[in-house]
Amino acid sequence: MGELLTVNMGPQHPSTHGVLYLELTIDGEIVVNCKPHLGYLHRSMEKIAENRTYIQFIPFTDRLDYLASMNNNLGFCLTVEKLLNIPVTPRAQYLRVIIAELNRVASHLVAIGTFAQDLGAYATALFYTFSDREKIVELFDNICGSRLTYNYMRIGGVSGDIPAGTEQIIKDFIAYERKQLKEYNELLTYNVIFLARSKKIGILSKEKALNYGVSGPILRASGVKWDIRKEEPYLVYDKFDFDVPTGGVGDSWDRYKIKLDEIEQSLRIIEQAIGAIPEGNPVSKVNRVFRGTGETYMRTENPRGELGFYLVAEGGFNPYRCKIRSPSFSNLSVLSELIKGLNISDAVCVLGSLDIVMGEIDR
Amino acid sequence: MQNSDLALQIKNKFPSIVLDEQPNFLVVPKTALLDVACFLKSELGFETCHCLTAVDRKDKMEVVYHLYSFSNHFMLTLKVIISLDDLTVESVSSLWRSADWLEREVFDLFGIRFLNHPDLRRIMNPDNWTDHPLRKDFKREDFIPRPVTLGLKG
Amino acid sequence: MISMLLKGLAALGFIAVSAMFLIWLERKVSAWIQNRLGPMMTGFQGTLQPIADTIKLLLKEDIVPNGVDFISWWLAPFFVTVPVVMAFLVIPFSAKWIILDLNVGALYICSVTSLCVLGIFMAGWGSNNKYSLLGGMRSAAQIISYEVPLLLSVLLVVMQAGTLSMQGIVHAQHNEWYIFKPHLALAFIIYFIAATAEVNRVPFDIPEAESELVAGYHTEYTGMKFAMFFVAEYTNMFIISAIGTTLFLGGWQGPFLPGIVWFLLKAYGLIFLLMWIRWTLPRLRMDQMMSFAWKVLTPLALLNLLVSGWFMVN
Repeated sequence: MGELLTVNMGPQHPSTHGVLYLELTIDGEIVVNCKPHLGYLHRSMEKIAENRTYIQFIPFTDRLDYLASMNNNLGFCLTVEKLLNIPVTPRAQYLRVIIAELNRVASHLVAIGTFAQDLGAYATALFYTFSDREKIVELFDNICGSRLTYNYMRIGGVSGDIPAGTEQIIKDFIAYERKQLKEYNELLTYNVIFLARSKKIGILSKEKALNYGVSGPILRASGVKWDIRKEEPYLVYDKFDFDVPTGGVGDSWDRYKIKLDEIEQSLRIIEQAIGAIPEGNPVSKVNRVFRGTGETYMRTENPRGELGFYLVAEGGFNPYRCKIRSPSFSNLSVLSELIKGLNISDAVCVLGSLDIVMGEIDR
Repeated sequence: MQNSDLALQIKNKFPSIVLDEQPNFLVVPKTALLDVACFLKSELGFETCHCLTAVDRKDKMEVVYHLYSFSNHFMLTLKVIISLDDLTVESVSSLWRSADWLEREVFDLFGIRFLNHPDLRRIMNPDNWTDHPLRKDFKREDFIPRPVTLGLKG
Repeated sequence: MISMLLKGLAALGFIAVSAMFLIWLERKVSAWIQNRLGPMMTGFQGTLQPIADTIKLLLKEDIVPNGVDFISWWLAPFFVTVPVVMAFLVIPFSAKWIILDLNVGALYICSVTSLCVLGIFMAGWGSNNKYSLLGGMRSAAQIISYEVPLLLSVLLVVMQAGTLSMQGIVHAQHNEWYIFKPHLALAFIIYFIAATAEVNRVPFDIPEAESELVAGYHTEYTGMKFAMFFVAEYTNMFIISAIGTTLFLGGWQGPFLPGIVWFLLKAYGLIFLLMWIRWTLPRLRMDQMMSFAWKVLTPLALLNLLVSGWFMVN
């Protein structure tokens, strides 16, 4: 076929990871141009933030990147605490670290399972990763009562202490997950077909990654050793010993492998934190009402990249302006560059490896 | 690196511009934005535009840039104040590609036009919509602001 | 004449039961691999599930999309199902149970199974849908490419046995199954890979790749027509396993148990292997698949043929 064909991928499509509409112009099998259309999940969260108090906005942050709700809550609470100078008890800090890292593991498991599914390993890897994630989600259900959008963090601490026996459950989970990681390596990572489908596909160079504002595992896969938990440590991350894995080339396989490595590092952090939780009261004893002036910008390391909150306060009960800098937004902007010249199958592979969540792109 | 060092270096390079130095951010005049941004990127090593947004201050608009330098580990907050009768500002997407989509978002939500932007269209709202939601004077019949002191004491 | 008719009806009956059994087997095998249970509620261990599926498909509305090329769209399911049924003519279930032992059995089977391509292409073209067209063309290219190594490995078996007749090939293995001879073991591997590609199973299921083109060439079919594609795929799986058993695994031969039991065990063993592979591996990209067929399998099969033939003559 010599003429160009315009194919619509989405907004409802089995592999666009949410409601993303890609207008692809293809020549035979090769993608010539790609135009993403966003906004199918736009819920005007930034406008809503101007109409809610700080505590009332925390459940909204759950729904940004709904696979890593705890990390979003954490980011927002840390920003407010930085703006209004609110202290956090040590026990709450350790609990926050453990919960955030568990949520990182859960989010990476989803990414791995759905990436394998996009490549055609239909459902088997997905079932394994989801049954691992089920253990984490059940744990969160016991802690805060919810399975997906947790609303657990509060300004100055967390909403409630962990029930008795949680520490043993987490220790068992760490041992179990380490065995499972070996199995994922055997099943997927070094499989010949998997390598043939994802090696050298969608290579993102270091300079381009920095220029496009890419962050998180994708930036690390392109060779930049950068992790906010190491560079600008928040909470008690500076007390823990963990590595920052980087990839070699920046292709889809690197982006996938990094997630497995990061799960291992998160398990290390959780192990160290569990052994050292101080006693105390994690529930914050601060005013229910916060007022302040000034502005601040705080970023945290989400499973998908650097989530930033720019908060402007003018003395009222509500924030004057709350800008949410979402990692998937900048990560997605690289897509049209990456898939020019690739097959449609490879375009699906690259999109899967970028691991985006439409909730935080559209807000 | 500190805010004051940067302010000093910028003032040395561009003695003619009026730089307003605040403890947490720097304000540059609109006309000097592109030059200062070029200088920041090429010589002071600010490789990424981390975040780009706008704040509606009712009598003026602020466009806020958060630029990050990996080599110096410093996040610079740069502001440009634009008046309501001329809502345009130069685009920095030729320097940092991340600004491309971020500027489209600011255009969509605030109505600020970025000159020399490669493809300035709305990104989240429908393409043929005419309003700009994040402005403070955004009015819709079905949008009712919540009373602020609902159930709060203090 | 009457006996031929009865044999034909028996074959049709077997196809229907076998397809249902295979649907159930696929779901149970996939559930077992994925750490879950599969159908459990309909009947004991879900054995009545395929019947429930069939009733559901029969009750569905038969939608004819707008703008289809009616003749090719309507005939496509038949062109896919009929050749597969025709191939049953020469499958040796046991020493006496074969409908017709043609003395060109192997040639007949290969030519008849190639007719499926027509059906797929007609489905893709007639559906008036970009995705179906892409799927149909990819499938046609894939099947035609993988025919060559398939035929080359069948050819090697025919050379070894000295006859094209299916029963003759089975009898030629009465000392030792062909799979234990090294050059024929290689031929078996080539045959198995090529046969997986012929039936559009993972890792070669690009034409029906769900995560890319929704459902490929059978997107626009509903109800009974879709059921025909489905049944054709599962029956095709059985056919290639049956041919593989006949050519390489000694057919119905084996101690103690009657011939037909051995035959079914071996055939379903190969089918289990197919299913196992399907639920484990990711799929290959189109160009990788084609280059694998032409640059790896075909030269290997040719080389195998050449070397074995030289040894056979000397």
